[in-house]
Amino acid sequence: MSEQTIQLGHGGGGLLSRDLIQREIVSRFGDGALKGLPDGATLPVPAGRAMVFTTDSFVVQPLEFPGGNIGDLAVHGTVNDLAVCGARPRWLSLALILEEGLALTTLRRVLDSVKKAADDCGVSVVTGDTKVVAHGQCDGMYVNTAGIGELMDGFELGVGRVAAGDHILVSGPVGDHGMAVLAAREGIRITHGVTSDTGPVHRLVQGVREWAPHIRFMRDPTRGGLASVLNEVVEGQATGILLRETDLPFSAGAKAAAEMLGVDLLQVASEGRMILVCAPPVSEAILKVWRGMPEGRGAVKIGEVTATKGRVILETITGGRRLVDVPRGELLPRIC
Amino acid sequence: MKYIDGFRDPVVAAGIRARLDAVAAGLQAWNRPVNIMEVCGSHTMAIARYGIRDILPKNVTLISGPGCPVCVTPTSYIDTAITLAERGVIVVSFGDMIAVPGSSSSLAGCRARGGTVEIGYSPMRAIELAEAHPDREVVFLAIGFETTTAPVVAMLELAIRRGLRNLSLLTAFKLVPPALTALLSDPEIRIDAFLCPAHVSAIIGADAYKPFVETWKVPCVVAGFEPLDILYGILGILEQAACGEAAVANLYARVVTAQGNVHAQSLMAKYLEPVDAAWRGIGVIPASGLGLRPEYADYDAGRRHGVVVGLGAENPACACGEVLKGKQRPPDCPLFGAACTPDHPVGPCMVSSEGTCAAYFKYIVN
Repeated sequence: MSEQTIQLGHGGGGLLSRDLIQREIVSRFGDGALKGLPDGATLPVPAGRAMVFTTDSFVVQPLEFPGGNIGDLAVHGTVNDLAVCGARPRWLSLALILEEGLALTTLRRVLDSVKKAADDCGVSVVTGDTKVVAHGQCDGMYVNTAGIGELMDGFELGVGRVAAGDHILVSGPVGDHGMAVLAAREGIRITHGVTSDTGPVHRLVQGVREWAPHIRFMRDPTRGGLASVLNEVVEGQATGILLRETDLPFSAGAKAAAEMLGVDLLQVASEGRMILVCAPPVSEAILKVWRGMPEGRGAVKIGEVTATKGRVILETITGGRRLVDVPRGELLPRIC
Repeated sequence: MKYIDGFRDPVVAAGIRARLDAVAAGLQAWNRPVNIMEVCGSHTMAIARYGIRDILPKNVTLISGPGCPVCVTPTSYIDTAITLAERGVIVVSFGDMIAVPGSSSSLAGCRARGGTVEIGYSPMRAIELAEAHPDREVVFLAIGFETTTAPVVAMLELAIRRGLRNLSLLTAFKLVPPALTALLSDPEIRIDAFLCPAHVSAIIGADAYKPFVETWKVPCVVAGFEPLDILYGILGILEQAACGEAAVANLYARVVTAQGNVHAQSLMAKYLEPVDAAWRGIGVIPASGLGLRPEYADYDAGRRHGVVVGLGAENPACACGEVLKGKQRPPDCPLFGAACTPDHPVGPCMVSSEGTCAAYFKYIVN
């Protein structure tokens, strides 16, 4: 039994630790910079190229949910943060905090997902760490990834560049990740239920590089959802945003779950979507490219930047208008 | 049938809007607005969320009523729940209650200080916790209108059947019809019609509104929570007003029947009996609440833990009471949006997901 679960000794630095790292980490990530397990990774940074560096921690509960698990989520989260900064993701660190008693089969499934997602994103796991804490001191496992990417030419992003008339695009239905995790937590079973959208957006960014000078802002709508990101875009600015409810992309499963739980999908996280604000002449071309890619199949324009200072307004299906507010307090517990 | 998109069709919405404008134009002879009270907090939220006030004819006014269960629960109830959590009891609540200010703190504040306050989406969470912690006392914060009362009582029945001895209810159940009587009896409030609650009506049945039609001659229209339901409900009210009629109309027949949910009613009657209840802002209304029958006193958290829900202190500047009666609009309160925001609520109407102040703060453009 004990061999099938994580023990405190797996984090003790002794034989058990070495064995775990050899069997589970080196076997998956042991080529390249991790070879020989040095204390740090030496990376071949291209001369004269600006690099982007980011980090994110993942504490999602449950560890496995429809559409993914904490492993691929930890890769996509960091890859996407790099991508929306205009960077080409290259290297990741992977730090695991494991709870005594965690099933080894679970750990293996999570690490397989890390490997698969990293390979798919073209990033290498080049350094890492594993710690074990006593039963009850963490919730199964926590994962931290940090990532480094190369800044691509041509992108000059920032909310200060957003101007009235700009178009707001989203790469697909939003809110599926948050609703999938919440439905899994609450044991809500819906026929044709909601599946997490966890996935990478870096190909979407690379696909629209030729219009980079016309792209003002990019962001992945994770915690706080579309509402948070769009309010960030206009906060303190002379501009506002007008969205049309009939244009908002939501999946049928997410809509059903959100209605049951009384959640506003505009405030719910996605982990494989991106928002892009661009000058009007290039929006159709960007949508066309995105729709030709699997991860951008559901891309749509959802609204425009207006001169209404600092407010995000939604024109609803009744023709009336309402504010789109930022989420407050604890909306959804531990979704990433 | 598509239960979401089917009731959010923009083309149908535009059609109902045109009919609303036409019927309202015929009501100019009233020389004053038609005051429609939407009783239920979920209606208040949906009306704000779909910008419905924005598109109504000028001579139609929607007044938000007392139908937010968290909002009408007195401050002292929160104080009592905090006392229980501080004594080591596991307090289980719907999420809405957590940030509502008591006299000096909220349940969220209590939890941050180490009190065990658990949020459940379903009353069943209380049973799970009571079974998982047989050595601890578990108290479920049993507030709500008829809609919520029914599932809580179903949970209680299951707890009794499973022989759970460490679970009890801190009851502050409220009944909708006595509140409507109190509002109609208030000479300062002029209500021409009720947009009646959707889910409460599923339990009590549309016939429950007959006395209001007969005694007070106010149209009572039951409508669902989707935007087309609400527009259609308002249209139904205006059409009655135009003919000088007052009738009960059930426009939510896909869920609500004339008699309501008879099984839920009998379950509630088995365990609960009418009691006088204190409503924030309105005061004590006779027989407007439900408490446990004496034979189930073991499950009454008040008796079991020797706590009494007292009067409690409310901020005198907070206008929640007036808002709940429809006498003031949230922006009329001097605290609204300044001293009182969802992040720093002074009154419950600003923090509950069905609160009128929260609906205005969150959604209203002008």
